[in-house]
Amino acid sequence: MENTIVQYGLCIAILVALAVPLGGYIGKVMNGEKVFLTRLLSPVERLIYRTLKINKEEQMGWKKYAVSIGAFSLFSFVFLFLILLLQGVLPLNPQGVKGMSPDLAFNTAVSYVTNTNWQAYKGEVSMSYFSQMAGLTVQNFVSAAVGISVLFALIRGFVKVKSEGLGNFWADLTRILLYILIPLSILVSVLLVSQGVVQNLNRNETVELIEPVVTEDGDEITEATVPMGPAASQIAIKQLGTNGGGVFGTNSAFPLENPTALSNLIELISILLIPVSLCFTFGRNIRDKRQGVALFSAMLILLLLALSATFAAEQSGTPQLKAQESVNIEQTDGQAGGNMEGKEARFGIADSAMWATFTTAAANGSVNSMHDSYTPLGGAVPLLLMQIGEVVFGGAGSGLYGMIGFAIMTVFIAGLMVGRTPEYLGKKIEAHEMKMACIICLMTSVAILAGSGIAALVPAVEKSVNNTGAHALTEILYAFSSAGGNNGSSFAGLAANTVFLNLSLGIVMALVRFIPMMAILSVAGNMAKKKKTAVTTGTLSTCGPLFVGLLIFVILLIGALSFLPALSLGPIAEYFQMIG
Amino acid sequence: MAKQEKRTKFITRDILKSSIIGAFQKLDPRYMIKNPVMFVVEVGFVLALVMTIVPTVFGDDSTLRLYNGIVTVILFITVLFANFAESVAEGRGKAQAESLKKTKRDTMANLLLPDGTEKVVNASELKKGDVVIVRTNEMIPNDGEVIEGIASVDESAITGESAPVTREAGGDFSSVTGGTTVVSDWLKVRITSEPGQSFLDKMISLVEGASRQKTPNEIALNTLLVGLTIIFLIVVVTLYCFADYSEVQIPIATVIALLVCLIPTTIGALLSAIGIAGMDRVTRFNVIAMSGKAVEACGDVDTMILDKTGTITYGNRLAADFRPVKGIKKEDLIDYAVMTSLCDATPEGKSVVELGKTLGTKITEDLSSQMEFIEFTAQTKMSGVNLKDGTPVRKGAYDAIKTYVTENGGTVPADLEGIVTEISGLGGTPLVVCVGNVVYGVIYLKDTVKPGLVERFDRLRQIGIKTIMCTGDNPLTAATIAKEAGVDGFIAECKPEDKIVEIKKEQAEGKIVAMTGDGTNDAPALAQADVGLAMNSGTSAAKEAANMVDLDSDPTKILEVVEIGKQLLITRGSLTTFSIANDVAKYFAIIPAMFTLVIPQMEILNIMHLSTPYSAILSALIFNAIIIPCLIPIAMRGVKYKPMSSEKMLLKNMGIYGVGGLILPFIGIKIIDIIVTPLLALIGL
Repeated sequence: MENTIVQYGLCIAILVALAVPLGGYIGKVMNGEKVFLTRLLSPVERLIYRTLKINKEEQMGWKKYAVSIGAFSLFSFVFLFLILLLQGVLPLNPQGVKGMSPDLAFNTAVSYVTNTNWQAYKGEVSMSYFSQMAGLTVQNFVSAAVGISVLFALIRGFVKVKSEGLGNFWADLTRILLYILIPLSILVSVLLVSQGVVQNLNRNETVELIEPVVTEDGDEITEATVPMGPAASQIAIKQLGTNGGGVFGTNSAFPLENPTALSNLIELISILLIPVSLCFTFGRNIRDKRQGVALFSAMLILLLLALSATFAAEQSGTPQLKAQESVNIEQTDGQAGGNMEGKEARFGIADSAMWATFTTAAANGSVNSMHDSYTPLGGAVPLLLMQIGEVVFGGAGSGLYGMIGFAIMTVFIAGLMVGRTPEYLGKKIEAHEMKMACIICLMTSVAILAGSGIAALVPAVEKSVNNTGAHALTEILYAFSSAGGNNGSSFAGLAANTVFLNLSLGIVMALVRFIPMMAILSVAGNMAKKKKTAVTTGTLSTCGPLFVGLLIFVILLIGALSFLPALSLGPIAEYFQMIG
Repeated sequence: MAKQEKRTKFITRDILKSSIIGAFQKLDPRYMIKNPVMFVVEVGFVLALVMTIVPTVFGDDSTLRLYNGIVTVILFITVLFANFAESVAEGRGKAQAESLKKTKRDTMANLLLPDGTEKVVNASELKKGDVVIVRTNEMIPNDGEVIEGIASVDESAITGESAPVTREAGGDFSSVTGGTTVVSDWLKVRITSEPGQSFLDKMISLVEGASRQKTPNEIALNTLLVGLTIIFLIVVVTLYCFADYSEVQIPIATVIALLVCLIPTTIGALLSAIGIAGMDRVTRFNVIAMSGKAVEACGDVDTMILDKTGTITYGNRLAADFRPVKGIKKEDLIDYAVMTSLCDATPEGKSVVELGKTLGTKITEDLSSQMEFIEFTAQTKMSGVNLKDGTPVRKGAYDAIKTYVTENGGTVPADLEGIVTEISGLGGTPLVVCVGNVVYGVIYLKDTVKPGLVERFDRLRQIGIKTIMCTGDNPLTAATIAKEAGVDGFIAECKPEDKIVEIKKEQAEGKIVAMTGDGTNDAPALAQADVGLAMNSGTSAAKEAANMVDLDSDPTKILEVVEIGKQLLITRGSLTTFSIANDVAKYFAIIPAMFTLVIPQMEILNIMHLSTPYSAILSALIFNAIIIPCLIPIAMRGVKYKPMSSEKMLLKNMGIYGVGGLILPFIGIKIIDIIVTPLLALIGL
């Protein structure tokens, strides 16, 4: 117990210690200020602008910025969709993988373009190296960059007074990739390779087992296929860019994707690094650091609550496990105790619970344990984190702008209660902002509920689920929550590669990604036009503990009110049935 | 000090009657759709009604007829309560409008034709630009401007103030309002508004709520409510899907009940009533706001620009001290000073007598019959009395008295100039007193700050409002008064243009500025300010430019109006919070009730120990309905408001309406459950 607390504390301390300077660095990149990489990279940057005829000084209105993102994402989608359809005839395919079915290709393409990385396929058997590198890895970079660029536009909207422009999307995209994502990924890839993550273009290898395995029906297995491929380079960005799509089917639970304790720590910290940094970027660039710290604190408190809940639920296991004399449920020096089903023995409960919380808090979705095997409440926490719209750090950029949507909503209610027209960061919150904030905050809930509600009525879906009863409903709910939070983690236990699920989940992913994104850009455009109101003692402070508390309360309340009925038929029912 | 809000009974028999009728009239779906939250309830009511008549229409069990019927009735009452709340608010406004309308009965006017003859026409035929003559005891037919004559006008119909006021051509007292009556002399008035658009007409329609438009803040809040309604609609529909998947049968009526409990009906029902009542509170304060937006803008005010004279000080210079010159006893100076003022009806004169009495003078009013009063004239610049023996006693400006004394062979004492300069330096006015050709000393007249203002400015400071005083005085005088009144800043030697400059400067810093004014030269500044409060006694240009008019012409009222504006927003926010917080308890009532049959362990969630699933659902629904009329008084009167810092205020209101909203329904639903359980058992549910 004490060990776990120390471990969690240290991990978060390292995370924050790295995120604060990185946040400042990203802030400088956003403004085009000089950083230590400028000398090295600015010729490349200029070359890109010149070749693509980008005027980096151009100030796009919100509509132009939004249209640029739309066009870029549409192009990305078509490009990836075609690669996946045609991967059978494309190069770098030593395994001879076939092209994907159109519905699976649609689902996968949407999934990567929306920074979700929901995987209805198994990487090592259905992806060619070309698809992994030119398709998926590229989207891992650019989809994260799109999210961050929207945040930049929003920050400019808050800072600017009576003007129109939110910056140039193409320049933002270029800078984010060149100065932030590529250098960081190179660093993390090298670190991962040092730990033994594979990075090659070889065919899969077949090796002889040292200890042959005998199956239940008496067959002896003596050989195993060891998958190969350009893994480390993709894993780095999959973690950093809140993507989460594993190179291999079992994601970071697989030893070649996550071999050691150190690689586990690196990957864990990478999940939250950029989302946490962006809080500090936000404070720095709106020229009020306390605002960034306030949002960070709200997110951190929610993260810690979730982390403790997941850990506690998993460590205490189930009454059924306790009743079984053969299992020692207590944590001892030698063994983890608690509910170890679906968890890697090498990670135990502490590391698995932390990963499950981090990956669903951030819209990452990579896993190092199977969430399907968690206890009802232990599994409900990741579920709820996705359902509240991925705002506990959340996706790269998207988490913070989602959180700002909630902040606007909180400020509105709280602002009324102090008797003033509500304002956030000096900008008045009026009907338009409220409309957009409602879209931002409620889109996820609407999409998740509508999607899973329809799925619950489709008879074909029943065949996809592994279980029956409440747990089956949880599996369906989890799949749509994962898509609806643009998370991409999978509960397992759901055979998702069906036409209905591929299409419905694909549509959900696209809706929850782009509709709130357009809404927040519209807020940014409207904010930029407004004048800045003065701060007086009558103004509601949005950086004090009171506001942070209210913000947390509003997020939990909206989450609870939206999902309590659904959860009560899923994990809550399961929990009550479990405790009898 | 401003007149206190007219305390009327919250609801009268008439209002109650008309509100009940109104509640039914508003059931018209074309009207209801303007309030989406309550419209959803009405749709739910219709569905439940259909299921009461044909229980199986949506596949439910036929045994549910009775239950469906009860749900139908509760939903119907819920909608009625909402409509009733709005009707009560409107009714209170209408009652006020009635009394205004009485003054608008058919008035005849003496239209002055170009050839100089008069023609009697109906007031409603008057056009803008027509000239009419109004004589004693005639009603002024429409808003206009006096172009000739001087008369006393009874404006009590508009202001409720019974003392007549003087209206005359030219200057700041030339505007007259239709519906007021000339009580002496006559006026030649040029009509300045088209028929049906007079100030009185506007007032009536504003008070009635006929021209009420949703304010931006109301629209924003409505957006939030619609958003919540949509999400709960989806929550409830999908719950039906999930329940179906989990093989739990939920009666449709229960689904409707859950939906109605979850959507923010409490605030949805009271929202428009809060807005109407807010305007009404302002009106009861004898301030006419041109729009609801103006009242809301008041809540946002950061800076107030206030005229010194009339707003902060009485404007009349009042005696503060007597300063004898060397060799004269103070008592003697006081006696003579009082003598000069016995017959002086000006506020200055009265104040000299009063101060003299306080300081113990023996001179009394009966002496005045033995003296000859010399009035102040612009030429002599002094006033006073000639005593019985003919001795002239005079008080007046330093220069005038100096000349008078020298001309009469006296000498000016050496220390006089020193005293005079010192008083001027303090912002006071020195009045020199002489008896014959002997100077006795100086009366120190001072501009006096109205009582209670220091505390009020302090209150404003607590809620973050800065006050700036404008005055034509020199900087020294201005500084003295500013310090005394406790304002945050002042502009001395202020010209009307300076006010605009100051307003623009504050606005450029992102501040919302309020100001009061009455003169025509204030009009541009009133228009520039975000909140402009014009005095009813002021010119029509000023009233046109302002977005509020104070009928009592009391400039300090801006302070109260700001508080009413804040109170309006706080009421909205608090009831919204209350409404949303209520949902938690309702979930704890309804969710176990829905699922316990299939998942018996769900009973753990029934923390209120409600007796049966039916009683749980119906209790929640009944609570949801009756909370609406319970909150009508708060919606009408507004939540209590006391100035404090924003953090404190938020904490306090969150405590009352947020935490209270969480806890109260648990208690309420439990009590209702205890009451309805035996009743339901009687009818077999």
